[in-house]
Amino acid sequence: MVANEQLAMLVQPDRVHRSVYADPALFELEMGRLFGRAWLVLGHASQVPDPGDYFTTRMAREPVIVVRRDDGEIGVLVNRCAHRGATVCAEGRGHAERFVCPYHGWSYDRGGTLRAVPVPGGYMKEKLSGLGLKPVPRISVYRGFIFASLAASGPGLEEFLGPAKSSFDDFVDRAPGGELEVAGGVFKHAYNGNWKLMLENHLDGVHPAYVHASSIAAARSAPEPGAPGEHYYDIAVRQMRQNGAPEALWESIGLWTTSRGHGWLGDYHTDKRLTGGADHPLFKEYARRLASRCGEAEAERILGVTRWNTIIYPNCSFMSQFRQLRIIHPLAADRSVVYTYSFRMKDAPGQMFRDTVAFANVVNGTASWVLTDDLEVYERVQQGFSSGAVEWAYIGRGHGGDVEEPDGTRRGASGTSEVFIRAQMGAWLDYMTRQ
Amino acid sequence: MARLHDPAVNVERFLYHEAHLLDTQQFEAWLDLFTDDAIYWVPLERDQKDAVQTSSIIHDDRTLLGLRVQQARHPRAHARLPLARTVHQVGNVMVLEDGIELKVASTLQLIEWRQEKQRAWGALVEHRLRRAEAGFKIARKRIDLVNSEAELDGMAILF
Repeated sequence: MVANEQLAMLVQPDRVHRSVYADPALFELEMGRLFGRAWLVLGHASQVPDPGDYFTTRMAREPVIVVRRDDGEIGVLVNRCAHRGATVCAEGRGHAERFVCPYHGWSYDRGGTLRAVPVPGGYMKEKLSGLGLKPVPRISVYRGFIFASLAASGPGLEEFLGPAKSSFDDFVDRAPGGELEVAGGVFKHAYNGNWKLMLENHLDGVHPAYVHASSIAAARSAPEPGAPGEHYYDIAVRQMRQNGAPEALWESIGLWTTSRGHGWLGDYHTDKRLTGGADHPLFKEYARRLASRCGEAEAERILGVTRWNTIIYPNCSFMSQFRQLRIIHPLAADRSVVYTYSFRMKDAPGQMFRDTVAFANVVNGTASWVLTDDLEVYERVQQGFSSGAVEWAYIGRGHGGDVEEPDGTRRGASGTSEVFIRAQMGAWLDYMTRQ
Repeated sequence: MARLHDPAVNVERFLYHEAHLLDTQQFEAWLDLFTDDAIYWVPLERDQKDAVQTSSIIHDDRTLLGLRVQQARHPRAHARLPLARTVHQVGNVMVLEDGIELKVASTLQLIEWRQEKQRAWGALVEHRLRRAEAGFKIARKRIDLVNSEAELDGMAILF
């Protein structure tokens, strides 16, 4: 067991010890103390619209089933038979009346209650009553997003999210029909690196010019993008070029963090940058539909929010403008899997979802120009951290310039501050040392 | 037999040639095999019907495919330095349709090695070929990887 005093020495104001990324013993502690306590994003209600609909996923390394119960609520059950321990539900998604264990046929209803046991004469009845698929103790849904915690007690979801809740509002508010729907397939990519490396990359405004230098250069040589939908390649070319934005732009971006380790980039992408012109008929039609639901003033407010990536620590990253959400599954100190979901906005013009799909391919695709270079660098960092020759990693960019905001957030002195890594490490230490 | 036999032989030679260009990293010459309106498609899902409503591992028009080749030549293409070494093994070549375009089915077994990591790929491949002066041009290539829906490490090769 690692003492709290030892843990506290690993995270310092402007540096972090390599073992936080590379030590298997610390990873084991993280699974219990961090992933076992925090609210984790599991998915979206649209994945389980009707009673009996389910999908399987992981919480830390626990296999779980997310299911729409008969009472219409969402349940999360540990995917493990009470009898001999087999997973009762194969990997994937579907619809089930009962979850039936493949080993001896024990069957459970959608709430996890044990309903039938073959050869019941062999058991004392009172021993069987009360058995079932173990429910995950806390589940909460915020505007369609499904959260769960393996801990029976702790801060509620609203307290956990804090000001970061507004990023989910931004995500959902943008849908003219007021709802989002998971659609378009799920990318699943993996890398030989720690789970933190992804979360520390998504708010890093300095890395694109270097990590993505090759795709920026290729995109700059491409033909000029046109209006939305004019050329298939436009979305890809625009986004790859955007990674090469001048340093001054990255510096000017707002970058906020919370004490729970969440963070987001604001003041970055406007709809004009992304879709080739807010004056384009497609965008005007979208804005018209939005205004018809919520009024002109509210539509203007919603479209004036210019957030880019938001991190929900410790397992989620998402962005509203192209409607992407990533959930990271830590498998080992040096192995992580990421599931990437695309969302369709209800009642938005169809072209906008086609843009979402094209964007997912270029940024989150397992063979994309962009993601492949990120994954390469995560693995290179992990290789460096696995060496004991040098102990510390430096996280001091912008340190000393952090600004405390009235709403309790901490803002980086500029958009290129490493304030978000310091916030994540602060949250990490809090989870890891709290009794 | 002759009518089927000749184009099939030529088609086989063409597919071997294509594989050879990839395995010898002659990507510019490989790109020249494609028509200007070509589509190169690696679907994400089994039996995927379209590439506009569902994501794809790769779905490139000729412009985007060209950007992949350009990226591979960039001095800071981190995931492609060094380039993976590959062997594309093409088999089971069958000419399914022979008209203005040829529809050709084949199988692909591919060994990839880079940075101490060796990977094996298998795929069902469909080419749409148009006759051209020097044999054929590829108007469409669809590569259905057997493990397209798996949890996959980053892919920086061409199939």
